[in-house]
Amino acid sequence: MLRYTVRRLLQLVLVLFVLSLLLFIWLRSLPGGPVTALLGERATPEKREELNAVLGLDQPIIVQYFKFLGRVVQGNFGQSTGVSPGTSAVDVFITRFGATVELTVGAMIFGLALGIPLGYMAAKRRGGVLDNGYIVLSLIGIAVPVFFLAFLLKYVFAVKWGLLPPSGRQTPGIEATRVTGLFIVDGLITREWDASWDSVRHLILPWIALGTIPFAVIFRITRASVLEVQGEDFVRTAEAKGLTSKTIRNRHVLRNAMLPVITVTGLLTGLLLTGAVLTEKVFGYPGIGEALYLGFTKKDYPVIQVIILAAAAAFVIINTLVDLTYALVDPRIRAR
Amino acid sequence: MVTTFSRARKQRIDALVNSGDEGSSLLQDAWARLKGSPLFWFGAVIVGLFVVLAIIGPWIAPHDPGAQLLIDQTSRARNSIAPAQNGFPLGGDTQGRDLLSRMIVGARQTLLVGIFATLIGLVGGLILGILAGAFGGWIDTLVMRIVDVMLSIPSLLLAISIGVLFTNPNLTSVIIAVSIPQIPVFARLLRGQMLAQRESDHVLAARALGVKRGPIVFRHMVPNSISPVIVQATLVVATSILDAAALSFLGLGSQDVSQPEWGQMLGEAQGSIDSHPQLAFWPAGAIIVVVLGFTLLGEALREAIDPKNRR
Amino acid sequence: MTALLQVEDLTVQFNRKGVAPFTAVDKVSFEVAPGQTVGLVGESGCGKSVTSLAIMRLLPKRGTTITGRVDFEGTDLLSLPLEGMRDRRGRDLAMIFQDPLSSLNPVVPIGIQVTEVLERHRGMKRSAAMVEARELLESVGIPDPSRRLKEYPHQLSGGMRQRALIAMALACRPRLMIADEPTTALDVTIQAQILALLKTLVVEHGTALIMITHDLGVVAGLVDQVNVLYGGRVVERADRHELFASPRHPYTHGLLASIPRLDAGPGERLTPILGSVSDNIPWTGGCAFAPRCSREIDACRQVSPVLEPLESRADHLLRCHNPVVPVGAGAATVAATLEEEPS
Repeated sequence: MLRYTVRRLLQLVLVLFVLSLLLFIWLRSLPGGPVTALLGERATPEKREELNAVLGLDQPIIVQYFKFLGRVVQGNFGQSTGVSPGTSAVDVFITRFGATVELTVGAMIFGLALGIPLGYMAAKRRGGVLDNGYIVLSLIGIAVPVFFLAFLLKYVFAVKWGLLPPSGRQTPGIEATRVTGLFIVDGLITREWDASWDSVRHLILPWIALGTIPFAVIFRITRASVLEVQGEDFVRTAEAKGLTSKTIRNRHVLRNAMLPVITVTGLLTGLLLTGAVLTEKVFGYPGIGEALYLGFTKKDYPVIQVIILAAAAAFVIINTLVDLTYALVDPRIRAR
Repeated sequence: MVTTFSRARKQRIDALVNSGDEGSSLLQDAWARLKGSPLFWFGAVIVGLFVVLAIIGPWIAPHDPGAQLLIDQTSRARNSIAPAQNGFPLGGDTQGRDLLSRMIVGARQTLLVGIFATLIGLVGGLILGILAGAFGGWIDTLVMRIVDVMLSIPSLLLAISIGVLFTNPNLTSVIIAVSIPQIPVFARLLRGQMLAQRESDHVLAARALGVKRGPIVFRHMVPNSISPVIVQATLVVATSILDAAALSFLGLGSQDVSQPEWGQMLGEAQGSIDSHPQLAFWPAGAIIVVVLGFTLLGEALREAIDPKNRR
Repeated sequence: MTALLQVEDLTVQFNRKGVAPFTAVDKVSFEVAPGQTVGLVGESGCGKSVTSLAIMRLLPKRGTTITGRVDFEGTDLLSLPLEGMRDRRGRDLAMIFQDPLSSLNPVVPIGIQVTEVLERHRGMKRSAAMVEARELLESVGIPDPSRRLKEYPHQLSGGMRQRALIAMALACRPRLMIADEPTTALDVTIQAQILALLKTLVVEHGTALIMITHDLGVVAGLVDQVNVLYGGRVVERADRHELFASPRHPYTHGLLASIPRLDAGPGERLTPILGSVSDNIPWTGGCAFAPRCSREIDACRQVSPVLEPLESRADHLLRCHNPVVPVGAGAATVAATLEEEPS
């Protein structure tokens, strides 16, 4: 297990390196050149000179790359030019990070809580009316663009019926103390229940909208996996031993069927993040996704850089964690 | 004696090669299963109608999609647009153009976006896959590592990053941006297919019997490799259309309004979405139906070629 | 003596969309006495596995029609509710299968796969069950059993896995055990060990055993009575010595004759049974084996033969219009050779 872990960590480092390289190349390819990109259109000539020297634009590209790496490691990404002019890009990221975490984690839980049981039931009653109904539901979940669903939910529940707030993260005027940056958690820690509840109300519609993505995927994977495992010989052995249906379901069917679901979680993180960009935009939810969108419209490259690098790194790290978890659960992988 | 033996042997080998109807009987088998699948027919009908619409669109559209015929009924100040009326069943948009005609003609551009993006992804993946598979060794490892890294970045994010590199986004830039994340997908699929085929038992058996390389590749390897690629391509058309719509939604799409495209129309409609939701609903609905069609088709194909379903 | 298991007119029919229903088991009847070892022998597709799965009620419900009676210790297993069947499986009757690796749950340690049987049917607690499990593993010849309890299936060799499965099957001392081709997936040397183990254990515990196999070499050293199946029906039944000494059905005779002999001269050809299982004709119109039979006569394609006892021996049953005439010396040599093979 230890050897496997070390191997995966080394791969992780390698991938991060390649990602930083790609990011560097991307940055240099932006229209207007890196100086304009990083300082915005209206930078003064002095500032430009300064940045020129920092970036080392007259020096060989290798040196530039290493200077870039140096800046990344130091967390020096420059100042936001569009999203929150004046604040450091990294700060923009940090202030908005918690919001997106609450959104994506909630959506993931939604997907798991609905996808696994429904997937299991659909597999059990294969071919039945329910099974086909669920399949169609999940296919629609794939076909409907997230931003459209988000908009539909907002329009119906918030604008037309006014049941839930249409945008934002918190109703203005609510008193709340900040501890972790995760509003729901904060409210629970400081026992300010109404603050927590208020945050939840703002998240219900976004959770549903974003949650359809993991739901569709998890449902289909669970269903396919359970169907496959049900036909395996060891399930037949378990039946031949006369075990209770509960034991067979939990120890034999589910424990094996859940393995692909673990694998797919890694993939889902990426989908969730991109979905978050669209969902946050529709709901005006102040997270990283919205920042990314604003960054693109206002050409705020320092912010874009931070977010993309952080997102890619998070994605790679989460995938590595998923692989390690999988190895923990499936003893056959450890043997390799 | 020797010639009789070798002739007999040649005949046996030819018979074996010709019974590489293993490849085509797989397809026949799949077709039989497809015919009975409601998923397939739904998807096929939708896609079929869509393609027909794309082809004949400009001829059946009642009006010029770019002409601002209803501009007199449109007022930005009062935030009103032309309602549904005689000759204009869907009403007008914010520029006073006939919504119905734009929807009909838009089918073509939308289809082109999906197809071209998929083709570029496929060809790109083919090149990379062949490079890796043919040369093997360190080139293979290098190419596949790059592919893995590209696959580790969420596809829409990658598409957005590329879309941003263009100063004047248009339909072509959208197609390129959307197709690039699909290249590693096809590359990995094709390389995996080729490897699996090379090692498979029936290819091994054919080689052991002395069948020449050519027939092996074409009779045995190709038919078995193609099916998953077709399935993937169908699904990629669906995701390409969706991603293109997302890019337009984010403002990175084509700004040229004379060539309507559903994703672009959806992006445009955002500004007036609270007051005139139908401007968004029509293109969104159309996109949903078409994407559903391609997805159903792809899923039905996947079920049909799954060897586990063979009985 | 009352039979432990009495299978009466068991019929299993598979129905699938678009094809005609397929009768895999056609009015099969046989008995197993307490402590007796019975063999079900035949080629692939003859219905032997399906028979055993039907007895254990392990066939899928959908698309299967099962009729007949399976009387086990006085109860008809086929009419039991599923819960009642679950209670009996593992406790009163048990089954082991062909491929030991795929028959074990890959993500659960071996120890637990044994204790779960004990916990379920004997109400034992985990700790007590583990102690017993260790003893069980030892009793089937697995070395270092304490270590094995914590190991996973992929860490054991093929032979050890099958031993573990046997331990699981016999954990609650069932009265009947069904073994479906238990050695087919194993190396030849291990085959012999596993068969020897089975023999020792069933004798020791007085367990009745139904041994299902296509390999006559396996039954020769192991079983008391042999049922030969073809096309879903029993075509010959006799006790072991009698069957090998004078096989009367052309099919049985063919099976015995097709075994390669070490003392055959160089260049001597093998004598296979011509054709294959798919060359069957239905039993309703005559004898299913007719197309492949070297002793075919007109009646074989017109009248379906009935399973009836021989005139000379009431316990030797045969379903044939034109049986093989007992040869004498030749058949006895074959029989003797087989019985000498180390088992």
